[in-house]
Amino acid sequence: MRLETRKLLDRSFTGSGILAIALMAAALIVLLAPMFTRGAGAMFFTATIEHRRLMLERFDRGNRPQLEAEIENARKARAPVYRMLADFEKRLEAGDAAERRQYEKPLQDLKKAIRTLLGPIPGAPCPMLMRDQYGQTRWDRAQVKLSHALYREEWDYSDPTRSGIMRLEPRAADFTGTKLDPIFPYLEQNLNRMLLPRRTVYWQFLTDTSFDSHFFGGIWPEILGTFYLTVGAMLFALPLGLIAAIYLTEYARESRFIEILRTCISTLAGVPSIVFGLFGLAFFINTLKVSSSKSVLAGAMTLALMILPTIIRAAEEAIRAVPATYKEAALSLGAGRWHAVWTIILPAALPGILTGTVISMGRAAGETAPIIFTAAVSVGKPLALWQVFTQPTPALSWNIYNLATEHEAVDEIRHVQYGLVLILVSLVLILNLAAIFMRARISKRLRG
Amino acid sequence: MLRGHEVIMELWRMLEDDAEPPVNPEQASASKPDAATQPAPVLDQPAEERVHVEAIDFSVLYRKVPAVKHVTLGIPAGKVTAIIGPSGCGKSTLLRAINRMNDLVPGCTAEGRLLFDGQDIYSPDVDVVTLRRRVGMVFQKPNPFPKSVFDNVAYGPRLHIQASSNRLAEIAERSLVDAALWDEVKDRLDQNAVGLSGGQQQRLCIARALAVDPEILLMDEPTSALDPRATSRIEELIAELRGKYTIIIVTHNMQQAARVSDFTAFMYEGVLIEFGPTKDIFTKPGEKRTEDYITGRFG
Repeated sequence: MRLETRKLLDRSFTGSGILAIALMAAALIVLLAPMFTRGAGAMFFTATIEHRRLMLERFDRGNRPQLEAEIENARKARAPVYRMLADFEKRLEAGDAAERRQYEKPLQDLKKAIRTLLGPIPGAPCPMLMRDQYGQTRWDRAQVKLSHALYREEWDYSDPTRSGIMRLEPRAADFTGTKLDPIFPYLEQNLNRMLLPRRTVYWQFLTDTSFDSHFFGGIWPEILGTFYLTVGAMLFALPLGLIAAIYLTEYARESRFIEILRTCISTLAGVPSIVFGLFGLAFFINTLKVSSSKSVLAGAMTLALMILPTIIRAAEEAIRAVPATYKEAALSLGAGRWHAVWTIILPAALPGILTGTVISMGRAAGETAPIIFTAAVSVGKPLALWQVFTQPTPALSWNIYNLATEHEAVDEIRHVQYGLVLILVSLVLILNLAAIFMRARISKRLRG
Repeated sequence: MLRGHEVIMELWRMLEDDAEPPVNPEQASASKPDAATQPAPVLDQPAEERVHVEAIDFSVLYRKVPAVKHVTLGIPAGKVTAIIGPSGCGKSTLLRAINRMNDLVPGCTAEGRLLFDGQDIYSPDVDVVTLRRRVGMVFQKPNPFPKSVFDNVAYGPRLHIQASSNRLAEIAERSLVDAALWDEVKDRLDQNAVGLSGGQQQRLCIARALAVDPEILLMDEPTSALDPRATSRIEELIAELRGKYTIIIVTHNMQQAARVSDFTAFMYEGVLIEFGPTKDIFTKPGEKRTEDYITGRFG
């Protein structure tokens, strides 16, 4: 090959390599950046007075007299809205039936929209659901709800070849010439005064339990559940995996049986996680009856089973990578086999074992399918340690899926979904960083 | 010219006549300082020698393929014996049979008899751990554990005796002094041994082997991974250890064998070709193949 051609080939190869890395980095940023910014929105956001009222009433957080003064201010700002509504309703009652029928539906819709925006109308009985007891706690959601109060959605299906087209019709048009005419500009112009938005750091998102299926509150039960499941899985998988790896590398004589065993372990690593989930349900819960139904224990066992092959393989590789001369030296000094493994081989293999272990931990923390049938519920209280044997738990991974797909008001709790994602991703990231850090430290110690 | 085993049988007979009881380790270590001050015994005084390790029609097979074939020789106590021969001649295999390191190799079996102080090393009632405590080994590549210098030396003693930390420190110091390493590492006993130079590492491995008070020191090409300077330090050390321990050294380096050893065994294709005092092997080899190998005509 000519020198020119070879140089050109080399250069294009380097170029494509750099391009690939740049693409990967860009993809990572595109993927992670919204995750972090939106996830952070669960804790750093502009909160309304409703949020502060909730904090005060449910957790006794904040300066009570000051907050009460603020609530009073907001109440004063809202008073004209309710007065206009009351006036209109009074007139309507006094008016004729045709008029009543004409305004009944628009009025109901408007009142509902205002209730959603500002909370229950004064004087009305206290609603059952907590989500109805408070107005919008987040300023961004409040603006969406304001638009719902000002406009109603109309769907145009006139063209059968296309899907419906949404039009926004101002509600003001329904009430032209009535006492309610000025309520719309008032809502639009005085939302600030009625909701008193303020930048807030709601770090308790991490430590609060959730209220009314995640409409309010934090994700502590999920964090705790994921912690229990992950640590539990490691408690089962690590000793088993280590013993298996030591047996396979140090004790087993190469035979047909061991070969088959190794193949089985590799196959196990490739089994889809949902299969592990079903197996966990069938074996741990239905057959072994480790708990009467879903429990953290059963989930941890299932996760352990899932990560066992990875741990065995990682530990095996790490043990194999320890120079054989270490073992020979230990044995030549009169150490027994087990002693050589325990005092020389395992410490030297520790960085590799640790890396495999922590990566498996990240996988256990993030895996959803195995816990669907064995451990996860979407709403629950934080568990005490002794409850893990009998109680199911919410978990980060499961609730990301559940809140984003099966929740009754998926759009209302986007911030919680992103918050869960952020915490889970950070958790896995921290675990991996910890692994890198520990590995570096131990390697340094081994290398001197 | 006597064949190797004939020399040994001769020695053995003399020894039996003397009916000298085998020296036990405590006495051996107690007598070490005297032994160190004495000059190495002159080779033409075989009557003082005791056979420490004796192979009688001994073979080692890897999955039925012999690597060491019907070797018969006796290794005298307190002497340095070199085993030389071209690569793959079975010299390392023979060496590793003496502390049964070959057990680690799957499918490796031994036939014939290999006696250590008169007891068959491969008899089923031998405790391998005790055997290995009495037969130390130094390997081709320096292989200190990735632990501190002190922990390296103390590893063996900790296995075998319930020693106080003072006693351990004493043993470590004595072993390091014996291995001519003490002065270089006494201020960094708690540093990782992997940070030492290659030659220091190898001397540390020797110290580690000495710390369990062995009777025999097996050295499997101990200088092949070292530079000439470190090599000569190790050779000096071997000369210092002569008399205190029975040393068996496998080497590729003929000059080294000539410099450090009292006896030399030449092996070729698993067979012991010749065994005798080093002086004789190098000056008037009895076999054509020995001469060819020593003069560098093959190997």
